[in-house]
Amino acid sequence: MSLRPLTAPWFHAPAGHEKIWLGCAILWCFVMSLMMPYWHFRGKQNSTGEAYKVAPADFHVRVEKFVESNRVGTFKNANMANPLAQDLPLVEPPAGGDAYLLGRMWQWYPALRLRLGETYRVHLSALDLQHGFSLQPLNMNFQVVPGYDHVLTLTPTSKGEFTIVCNEFCGIGHSNMTGKIIVE
Amino acid sequence: MSNPVSHNLAAPGVPGRVCGTTGLGVCLDAQRFIKLNAVAGIVFLLLGGIGALLLALTRWQTVHLLPVDWFYRILTFHGINMLILWILFFEVAILYFACTTPLNARLFSRKVAWTSFVMMLTGAVMVDYIILAGQADVMMTSYLPLLAHPLFYLGIILVAVGTLTGVFNYFATLYVARRDKSYTGSVPIVTFGATAAAIIAVVTLLHGAVVMIPTFTYSMGWTAEPDPVWYRLIWWGLGHQSQQVNVCAMVTVWYLLSNIVVGARPINETVCRSAFVLYILFINLASAHHLLVDPGVGATWKIWNTSYAMYLAVLASMVHGFTVPAGVEVAMREKGYTGGIFGWVIALPWRNPAFSATALSVVIFGFLGGITGVTLGTQQINIIAHNTLRIPGHFHVTVVGGTTLAFMGLAYYVIPLIFQRDFIFRGFARLQPWLFGIGITMLAFGMSFAGSMGVSRRSWDIDAQGVYGPAAHLWLGVLGMGGILAFTGLLVFVLLCVGTLFFGAKIKDRAMFDWGMPPALAGSRPGSLANDHYATKGTMVLTLVFLACFVVYYFANWKALADVWPVR
Repeated sequence: MSLRPLTAPWFHAPAGHEKIWLGCAILWCFVMSLMMPYWHFRGKQNSTGEAYKVAPADFHVRVEKFVESNRVGTFKNANMANPLAQDLPLVEPPAGGDAYLLGRMWQWYPALRLRLGETYRVHLSALDLQHGFSLQPLNMNFQVVPGYDHVLTLTPTSKGEFTIVCNEFCGIGHSNMTGKIIVE
Repeated sequence: MSNPVSHNLAAPGVPGRVCGTTGLGVCLDAQRFIKLNAVAGIVFLLLGGIGALLLALTRWQTVHLLPVDWFYRILTFHGINMLILWILFFEVAILYFACTTPLNARLFSRKVAWTSFVMMLTGAVMVDYIILAGQADVMMTSYLPLLAHPLFYLGIILVAVGTLTGVFNYFATLYVARRDKSYTGSVPIVTFGATAAAIIAVVTLLHGAVVMIPTFTYSMGWTAEPDPVWYRLIWWGLGHQSQQVNVCAMVTVWYLLSNIVVGARPINETVCRSAFVLYILFINLASAHHLLVDPGVGATWKIWNTSYAMYLAVLASMVHGFTVPAGVEVAMREKGYTGGIFGWVIALPWRNPAFSATALSVVIFGFLGGITGVTLGTQQINIIAHNTLRIPGHFHVTVVGGTTLAFMGLAYYVIPLIFQRDFIFRGFARLQPWLFGIGITMLAFGMSFAGSMGVSRRSWDIDAQGVYGPAAHLWLGVLGMGGILAFTGLLVFVLLCVGTLFFGAKIKDRAMFDWGMPPALAGSRPGSLANDHYATKGTMVLTLVFLACFVVYYFANWKALADVWPVR
């Protein structure tokens, strides 16, 4: 009985159905464990967590420098909900080069223009609070933490206009915090 | 009574009574604190539930009830009241039960129990007050550099230390019961499982202390700001592990209720107990599940910790998912329900609310919560899930559809047996687990599908972003309606419990009302299947169906991941 102390010896090796199920379960756990390292070698979507410590102010300087030297125009956001994100510099990083993206209350700065099939090192960081980089409608999500330069090595494989939504709570304007990546 | 000689309930002079239903001894001290903690738990459940309704009606974009500031305030309030206060208070009640009645022992100390209760309650009131006062709109996780009023952290620290004090009382009771030989042999599985939960709770709460104390001193301006990545790592040592305390406690309740209602016993004590040990050893790695797309922690670290060192804690849940129904099947077959593969399933007491709550808890936790949890917690798949509504879609079917529903089922026996009053309006009680279970399942489906379409969690509005179409809105509507159903189920539960405490017929030296247990049939042969290892055909089929669902869902998610942009 489950509610009374056990007095008879209770050590029994699993047998029968229970043994079969244990075997299935262990095998499945093994398959799942192998899938992750396998995907690191053969799959294309991995989160390596490559990051460097950086003071928010220093990161801000890098972003401004990046914007200054690579600006190609201005992105006008048709969406009126967020007054902070209506006019963003549109910046195109060199193919294969570094791009910078800054999260702050409540905008993603600047707007990026990328080329299809090129690979970029996108540096993500935040100035104030933690933010969540959520690229829609692809639904790719990464954490952005102040003090850390989070580097995504990213290759756009579809064209169009993509919206960056913030998916980490960052205060009252959180749900309005958006940004843009345009792939041509 | 001063300076008791023995902690054995059978010893003369020990304040105890004999239960009129089960014939087991009940320690009156333990009984008092089970009552106090359970009632406090249910009050916080109601508070959190009201929050839940408001939130569901806000995320339901068409209704969009709360203004933006109150949405985040209530979201913080809901998380703290449900995940911390309701669960911890009820778990302390379960611990006090598991260390006394099954071991025929007396609670170690009344003073320690009072200290624990008062600390927890003070902390809880502090946290709730400061949240509602608008001084702590930081979500349950309070990720730095977000900063709340110092009372918020102090309250959580008090709740944690109070709980630790209660856990100490539990271990002391176990020790004294063993020393005084109030029982012979090995502790029953219920106490074993509760002990596993208590051990994990200690580790969890220590993580809580490590992260909350420097955050508190920082909020007072006494020390520098802790590193936000360090905070995330240690906080989740508290946040995720505390959910594993719930898993352990829930599985314990599964064993307890299936035993009380159907007479089930573990088909193999060695296997069940080993599974609890796996929880203790490997569950602490689960903190990593929240850092899978974080900067600063590398891929190798993520993989090792994600898989709980090869999914050994998942294995434990899969073991319980087999042994609990297998125990029920064996008990039913021995009672004479031998027809076909599933004849015993049909004959189960589905009208008994404690049983239906347990069965729904097993199914919802396993099929929905377990499968989604392991899949979302796969290192790379987390890229298409992190911080979307898929995450709350997962944990509402583990901690609510699983743990809370199991605890509700337990209440249908705790209130008659410990408070000694029979339930009022028993027809409603029979419906309640179904209402709650179906509601929470709908809610979780709504969240999960909206999340798959990229809708983020913890967001007041999805229209300003201009990327979510009618399908996402539809699933948010399902979320809202599920929330209304689940809240109705919760409200019925709370009203029944509170109503019973005031108006239920008193039970004195008689058995409680029988909710319905399957009677033994003519051909019943108790114990006859103890050595038949192939008597669980039905369970075997059910678990294989479960595994098939798991495999399909798991690989479908890899496929979805393969469709997004290459990234590393």
